[in-house]
Amino acid sequence: MTEATDPAVLETTIRAAIVVVSALCVFCSYRVIRGPTDPDRVVALDAIATNVVAIAVLFAIQTDRGLFLTVSLVLAIIAFIATVAVAKFVTEGEVIE
Amino acid sequence: MIRATLVIALVLVGVFFLTVGTIGLLRLPNVYNRMHATSKPTTLGTAAIFLAAFVQFGPGGEGLTALVGAVFLFLTVPTGAHMIARAAERIGVPFLGSVTWPDASQLAREEEPRADAERGAERDAERQPGTGPGPDPAADED
Repeated sequence: MTEATDPAVLETTIRAAIVVVSALCVFCSYRVIRGPTDPDRVVALDAIATNVVAIAVLFAIQTDRGLFLTVSLVLAIIAFIATVAVAKFVTEGEVIE
Repeated sequence: MIRATLVIALVLVGVFFLTVGTIGLLRLPNVYNRMHATSKPTTLGTAAIFLAAFVQFGPGGEGLTALVGAVFLFLTVPTGAHMIARAAERIGVPFLGSVTWPDASQLAREEEPRADAERGAERDAERQPGTGPGPDPAADED
């Protein structure tokens, strides 16, 4: 019996997780808009990027398409490069000298 | 069957940690505290979701991609948080209470020695009219 119900439970769980993580992205955007300082905004954008990576992985699990794992890896790389670039820009005024 | 249960458990753990990180980002009072709240639980949560993908796709090509993603997150997220913390300290975001930078001589060493004195002076000038609770850490760093 559990073998019959388990795929539906898995499907529902993944779907709910995607909804929850998307809502977390919206809540993080509050800190992006209202953040008192610039590093607050960078931290919030970093959290949003990590949430988007999680959404891509959850989408890969839901649709059973492993291609989206590569998509999530590329998103993680872009988020890291963006964080480092903004940190360098805030302190030194230029990214590539 | 076991695989689906494991995927569900890992996804629930991941969503829990992501929620904790976002609550910390919204509720904590300072840039450094918010960074503490986002970097560690977000890394753990996304790594748990990556592990769920590894369990789902098996140890083939795509599962290996998931493992590489988890390792990459564990490498890059602390590095990024460290760089943002250093940038926030450089542009003069004040610490909370009696908090100081862990190694104050590290800060003094990586500046040029002539710029250090005037930078410390202007940081003192920024902190004095500010939030008040910490004139002592500024005095210690000089």
